[in-house]
Amino acid sequence: MRGLLRSSMVLRWMLAALGLVVVLSIVQGLARPETTDLLSAGTAESTLRRAVPILLAGLGGIWAERAGVVNIGLEGMMVLGTWFGAWGALEFGPWWGMAFGIAGGACGGLLHAVATVGFGVDHIISGVAVNIIAPATARFLSREFFAGRPGGGLTQSPRVESVGSVDLPFVSGGDLFGWTTPDLFGWIDDQGWFLVSDTAALLSGITQSVSWATVVALALVPISVFLLWRTPIGLRIRASGEHPVAADSLGVNVYRMKFTAVVVSGGLAGFGGAFIAIEQTGIYRENQVQGRGFIGLATVIFGNWQPAGAFLGSLLFGFADALQLRDRTAVHALLLLIGVALAALAIRAVVQRRVRPAALLAVASASVLCWYAVTEEVVSELPPITPHVATLLVLVFATSRLRMPAGVGLRYRRGQE
Amino acid sequence: MTLRRIALALAAPVCAFAISIALSSLVLLAVGTSPLEAWLEMLSYGSRLETLVETGNRATQLYLAGIAVAIGFRMNLFNIGVEGQYVLAAMLAAAAGGAVDLPPILHVTLIMVVAMAVGSSFAGVAGYLKVSRGVHEVISTIMLNAVALGLTGFLLRSWLLDEADTTLNMMTPEIPPSGRFPNLNGVVEGLSREITRGRELWGFLLVAILVGVLFHLFLSRTRAGYDLRATGLNPFAAEASGVHPSSTVVRAMLLSGAVAGLIGLPEILGDAHKYDLNFTQGLGFAGIAVALIGRNHAVGVGIAALLFGWLDSAAPILDVVGDTPREIVSILQGVVVLSAVVAFEVVSRIRRATEARDAAEATLPTVAATDGSPS
Repeated sequence: MRGLLRSSMVLRWMLAALGLVVVLSIVQGLARPETTDLLSAGTAESTLRRAVPILLAGLGGIWAERAGVVNIGLEGMMVLGTWFGAWGALEFGPWWGMAFGIAGGACGGLLHAVATVGFGVDHIISGVAVNIIAPATARFLSREFFAGRPGGGLTQSPRVESVGSVDLPFVSGGDLFGWTTPDLFGWIDDQGWFLVSDTAALLSGITQSVSWATVVALALVPISVFLLWRTPIGLRIRASGEHPVAADSLGVNVYRMKFTAVVVSGGLAGFGGAFIAIEQTGIYRENQVQGRGFIGLATVIFGNWQPAGAFLGSLLFGFADALQLRDRTAVHALLLLIGVALAALAIRAVVQRRVRPAALLAVASASVLCWYAVTEEVVSELPPITPHVATLLVLVFATSRLRMPAGVGLRYRRGQE
Repeated sequence: MTLRRIALALAAPVCAFAISIALSSLVLLAVGTSPLEAWLEMLSYGSRLETLVETGNRATQLYLAGIAVAIGFRMNLFNIGVEGQYVLAAMLAAAAGGAVDLPPILHVTLIMVVAMAVGSSFAGVAGYLKVSRGVHEVISTIMLNAVALGLTGFLLRSWLLDEADTTLNMMTPEIPPSGRFPNLNGVVEGLSREITRGRELWGFLLVAILVGVLFHLFLSRTRAGYDLRATGLNPFAAEASGVHPSSTVVRAMLLSGAVAGLIGLPEILGDAHKYDLNFTQGLGFAGIAVALIGRNHAVGVGIAALLFGWLDSAAPILDVVGDTPREIVSILQGVVVLSAVVAFEVVSRIRRATEARDAAEATLPTVAATDGSPS
């Protein structure tokens, strides 16, 4: 754990977060009459809620890829998670729903592991097959178990209860032994102080009525870091992903490591699916995953195969998602934000004397800002594709900084080079 | 030797299908319905002329999708983006077809050219990113899928809507009769009986067959096709023998995208005459399945497309008769894909082992002879 808490790293993260708040705050100030939703408690809360499934899928992707297995079956595993999550929640209660969702996703992971690790099938092909089987299974099971129940049908389940939520005491008015503590952040937010109130709004949003499932999901980021980087089994898993032959020569059971990691990966994706069904919508509905598994895959790349990076990516994508749901005009202000961010990157490139990227970024920034200036409202199709475009841009412009596990996607047979 | 190879090649798909049938029968037994009854019901409904016509239509689209995917697969290039490419291409082609009025053959040609150009250029983006920036095509095509679908919705909503339409259905203007593809009902009815229920066998079937023939000829008879196959079998050997890797990648992506552009056209030219919200989606992913089962071979993909097309067309009867959920067919299809790829893998391992043994046996006397001779 010591590495995680290294002061320089924490400082860097806090500085980055502060910088983000400053930029958001300025943009919010500029866009004030148009929208107030860019930096509000509601948006922050919604961002977190939207980010969690993407984060869980991303963590799932990291587990699999660290063990050298590409998992594009994440999408299908999430679908299994939504169905089993809703069913478990319906039968036994929301926490059991989460457990069943995880188990359902893990079954998908097991299928993927048997095909890729056991039989040596190409990872992409097996992933595609999982993505075909999962929705069909969900549809079949819905017909068997949901159709005929009140509110249930071929494509949806009856409504399910969500797990409880919590307010943080003292800062967000949470209860402590029956006594309601003051809502500090809420109070500061109401004062309307530039930057300070905005920060408070943001903090209030992410500390007020936080689902317990969100807390668990967030805890999985440091837990994943710890397990993968600080324990012997994590070292073995990563060794199996970097250089399986070398790992094997040191006595690591590579097959078992890969199996474990892919099943864990499926379980995480299943958790993400269950979160969508139980926490986000309170119902299982067909196609409700909507490509979040693929976005999770994107955060893996975006976050450079690091859990913390995937977390950052999921927040970013969750933010785009949340804005679009809450307020159309806020999305328009988002253009301003993107423009400013691109300009900042351009200035950084100039400082670093990288001429071509600087010019490209400047042009991009100018065109986005122009777009902001000449339009009233942004097209509604733009926000859903921002994660995908952002990932493509990262891949195009920052390939040299990405460092993926060396053995990703390669077929490994014991005793063969 | 050849006989054994054929037997091995056939063993995999047959085993896979048998396993899938067995598994889905078990699933049906588990939920308390009779699998035998369900399969017999599907067989009797599926052998009717109308269902077969439906099968032909569905297979036409699946075949084009399968070939589009197979072009990439033959050189280990995964075009997961067929889905986005064909939806965008179909929408733009339908819009182009609805916007102009040309003589019959020219009109259809224009629509096809637009569709192929759009599909091709969108797939080309992934190819370009791969060769210029080293972006893996699986990731880029997955991301581009979302972009294509977003773009389709945006373009349709903001510019290409039919002004005259008053319903809530978003659609492009209808394509005039000159831009439609004739059906093959005359041919079929000449051979058997009259097709009822307003079913039509889309004439685009012929185009799909032509594409399959061209695909086969391209791979087996042209330099570019040879380069493509060589790169798929052994990229290093191919490059050493003078194949240009990047241009082969881009060419394969462009071709794959061009065929992908055609996937939606049977429906648009033969039946709907416009792009609207009822347009069939998901064929790109089904195409991956079809290509995998068909081993990326022109004939194999055809058989797989017919099989999947038939399963899709015969499944609806399960809703009408008995209490078997029709979704069992989708599960069956998914299991076929997975067990087929596993079976191919196992068979190829067996084949490699026997080949190695045969080679060892064949060289044994020579080795013995060289050992005996004075050196």
